[in-house]
Amino acid sequence: MGHIDKGKLLFTGGVFLALALYPLVAESYGIDLVTKIMIYAILALSLELLVGSTGLVCFGQAAFFGIGAYAAVLLSPESEAAGWWWLLPASVAAAALYALFVGALSLRTKGVYFIMVTLAFAQMAYYVVHDTPLGGGTDGIYLYFKPGLDTLVDLGNPYILYFFTLVFLVWTFVFLAILLRSHFGRVLAGIRINEQRMQASGFSTYPFKLAAFVTSGGIAGLAGFLFAVQDGFVNPEMMSWHLSGALLVMIILGGLGHLHGALIGAFVFVFLQELFKSEAVFGDFAKHWHLGLGLTIIACVALLPRGLVGLPEMLHQRLFGFSQRAKGKANGKLPDNTATEEAV
Amino acid sequence: MDFSIFLIQCLNALQYGLLLYLVAMGLTLIFGIMGVINLAHGSFYMVGAYMAFALAPLVGGNFFATLLVGVALAAVLGYLLEWAFFSFLYEREHLQQVLMTYGLILVFEELRSLLVGDDVYGVTPPDFLAGSIALGDVMTYPVYRLFVSAVCLLLALGMYLVFTRTRLGMMIRAGSVNREMVQSLGIDIQFLYRVVFAAGVAIAAFAGMVAAPISSVYPGMGNQVLIICFVVVVIGGIGSIRGAFFAALLIGLVDTFGKVLLPQASGVLVYVLMALILLWKPNGLFKAAG
Amino acid sequence: MKLFRATVLAAAVLCATSAHADDKPLKVGLMLPATGTYATLGSAIENGFKLYVDENGGKLGGRDVEYVKVDDESDPAKATDNVNKLIKGDKVDVLVGTVHSGVAAAMAKTAKDTGTLLVVPNAGADAITGPLCAPNIFRTSFTNWQPGYAMGEVMAEKGYKKVVTITWKYAAGDESVNGFKEAFEKKGGEVVKQLSLPFPNVEFQALLTEIAATKPDAVYTFFAGAGAVKFVKDYKAAGLMGSIPLYGAGFLTDGTLKAQGGAGEGLMTTLHYADELDVPKDKTFRAAYSKAYDAQPDVYAVQGYDAAQVLKIGLDAVKGDVSKTAEIAAAVEAAEIDSPRGKFTFSKAHNPVQDIYLREAKGEKNPEVSVASKALADPAKGCRM
Repeated sequence: MGHIDKGKLLFTGGVFLALALYPLVAESYGIDLVTKIMIYAILALSLELLVGSTGLVCFGQAAFFGIGAYAAVLLSPESEAAGWWWLLPASVAAAALYALFVGALSLRTKGVYFIMVTLAFAQMAYYVVHDTPLGGGTDGIYLYFKPGLDTLVDLGNPYILYFFTLVFLVWTFVFLAILLRSHFGRVLAGIRINEQRMQASGFSTYPFKLAAFVTSGGIAGLAGFLFAVQDGFVNPEMMSWHLSGALLVMIILGGLGHLHGALIGAFVFVFLQELFKSEAVFGDFAKHWHLGLGLTIIACVALLPRGLVGLPEMLHQRLFGFSQRAKGKANGKLPDNTATEEAV
Repeated sequence: MDFSIFLIQCLNALQYGLLLYLVAMGLTLIFGIMGVINLAHGSFYMVGAYMAFALAPLVGGNFFATLLVGVALAAVLGYLLEWAFFSFLYEREHLQQVLMTYGLILVFEELRSLLVGDDVYGVTPPDFLAGSIALGDVMTYPVYRLFVSAVCLLLALGMYLVFTRTRLGMMIRAGSVNREMVQSLGIDIQFLYRVVFAAGVAIAAFAGMVAAPISSVYPGMGNQVLIICFVVVVIGGIGSIRGAFFAALLIGLVDTFGKVLLPQASGVLVYVLMALILLWKPNGLFKAAG
Repeated sequence: MKLFRATVLAAAVLCATSAHADDKPLKVGLMLPATGTYATLGSAIENGFKLYVDENGGKLGGRDVEYVKVDDESDPAKATDNVNKLIKGDKVDVLVGTVHSGVAAAMAKTAKDTGTLLVVPNAGADAITGPLCAPNIFRTSFTNWQPGYAMGEVMAEKGYKKVVTITWKYAAGDESVNGFKEAFEKKGGEVVKQLSLPFPNVEFQALLTEIAATKPDAVYTFFAGAGAVKFVKDYKAAGLMGSIPLYGAGFLTDGTLKAQGGAGEGLMTTLHYADELDVPKDKTFRAAYSKAYDAQPDVYAVQGYDAAQVLKIGLDAVKGDVSKTAEIAAAVEAAEIDSPRGKFTFSKAHNPVQDIYLREAKGEKNPEVSVASKALADPAKGCRM
């Protein structure tokens, strides 16, 4: 196990604690909203594994998300609630299976071509559910009974679903954190920095990339399952490239190469949307909320090159005039490497 | 399908392919040559279409005058955008370009909504191009579409010649391969990039203006063409103008005949095509050369 | 930031009062598209709705109306979140929305589960007054089936035998064509080919060539918005307008005639509204609307106007108490709605039983030619009410 940054640990622990305590002060809309954000956070984490950690920019993550959701709905029996203990793994497996198929084929390409091939496969999944009777067509399909296990884990109850989701968010985060610090994770980091060098050192990079791809797809499927359970409704738009794009925006906004960047990105992105849509703040102009959101994103790119995770450091530099990095170098610690130049 | 119908469908395929190439041309420049992932390409196309609608009354209704003014304005816009935003991005990661241009899409859409509103508008082609040619006794073909195809061919030829036969083209191609080297040879690479970017935006807007009488002018039109443009460039091979040309024609064929022969799957055929080509030739059909 | 959100929500909790006061303002949740392709429809519906409320002193059911708006972006994936925001977050008393059928279906499902009163002022999916029907859900627009069915009858009566249909492959297109086919084939016609292309693809050339090759007596189509503009223009440019008559559901020519630049002149369509209707209510409505908004109303404005009317009728009967769903439903079911489109009543499934007009495009208007189908009721397949 490598060195664990105390600051990051405190921060992430604090976030999870706040999320655990939130239901004490929130009312039902707040519970629904934060559950939804946590689902997007899980989805963002799945993409972070690929983009930030392995340097594989996937533009088709929404497909795995959608497949997990559709599997949850299609596999549920018509007239009674399904047991989540088999439905959840089934949804994850369905998504992971598609990821295996897509990964096996698309990992033959690199760079921008890889991005476009992943997009192509996502579009294929989209059109299958959009245009064929398999997916219920353009208007989507409903889940009439939310899965559970007796009344103990009745996922129809928003509070239970909230904590269920929180548990999986924490689990995903911890799982990925351990994974990235393991030997497997180190190989992925090596692939991100310089794949040729890894190959020269004797690593067969393809199986590692494929494993990362399948893991990522499975986690996205988990998020899809949770989404289907919460909304009770799935729709082809869940697989659209707009969602894939929004996810990329979230993790870049948060800061690539950091797991908590994905967390931050998801929360901030949704928060920004809510803020700009809010009539309370913007009055009649709220209908043009895309403008505010777009300008904020542009400002973030211009001013925060490393994403929001880089913000404390930047502020520190501005306020105190000396570099954390210099201090860090002096102590023998190296700053985090977030370069993904070679990835695209 | 009898033979005459087959021929007409081939004509449809060719015409659609050329239209696609025209629309994707701006992107082949900015994405293909300069390597900037420009998600806002669809927005520039939309700007062109809306300009065709808005400028027409101001310029006295002459179609060609509208085109000229529109292209000039778009070039200026492109130049300013490059100076204000994009020049910061070359050093940065591609993903930041994705983020920045994603933000630009949102901004452009809302500006359009604020300035021109959300209605659907039509643009009429000039009278001498508004007729139709009979294709046997089956149907007629609008002259304007043939005009658009001709424009596209001319533009494609022009771009090809500029890139392969002129000094400017040589400098641009060199700059896309090795920016620092070109700079150290004394060429002002910043100015060069600005010019290329402005040209890319101008061409995208030009395509929007020329296509407007066919496609109409409506909200979200930019987003609809965006993905297909990227598909064209990628299938053709990034950096290859010739490649994008053939890719566009191929897509035209697949889309047209797909609609007729496999209507259930026609939505996905283009993507299946892209996946197949990239699995066969992981870097697109043609190598980056021009 | 999470703390900020928690504080804001906590404050909202403190400010919120529970339901049940008749003199408290009536919170109307308007879930309509403010951005995207359907933005103009959203604003027309809103304008129509507000016009009616203003004509009634700003009150419905004796309570002052307070609006809460949400932009649904015509995105079904966000629909449930947006509805929940209105119902649970803003605690609206009634819901009004929306344009896109996928979004409206999510609204209907949530309304059905929570018992919130919902009026749908546009989305035409048959399912909303079909399997998703409920006592607290009303629709003041149409089902996709209705204009299609009416046109099927019209075209059969005109003597056409072989027809080709063409539309987008999505619920609205499918349902419209199915309605057409049902009526047309019942009267002895034959639909020789059903052409479709993926939504929202607008490259029609290949299919127009197919139509030309098939040489049917006529064509029935369903397209709306920018697609309708392009289709009509392309149809004309392909020289088919003269040789193979084109008919369609009203959206083909509603709001699109100007952009079509004259290509749509003379097209006959069916819809539950038309220009130059000989209905006194329509004349006063149009005058009031153009005075208030400096624009001409369209079918969407009428649907919004009638949505407010439905709410008034229902809420007046219960003196503003939205919890009395059964009484509200009974009052509206028994009522005759005095709409600018003509008077109509509701079917058991809560969809309008209305006259479908045959219209002909003249200039930038669609004046009524005749009544294609009198008091046409949607069969409401799957509704168990």
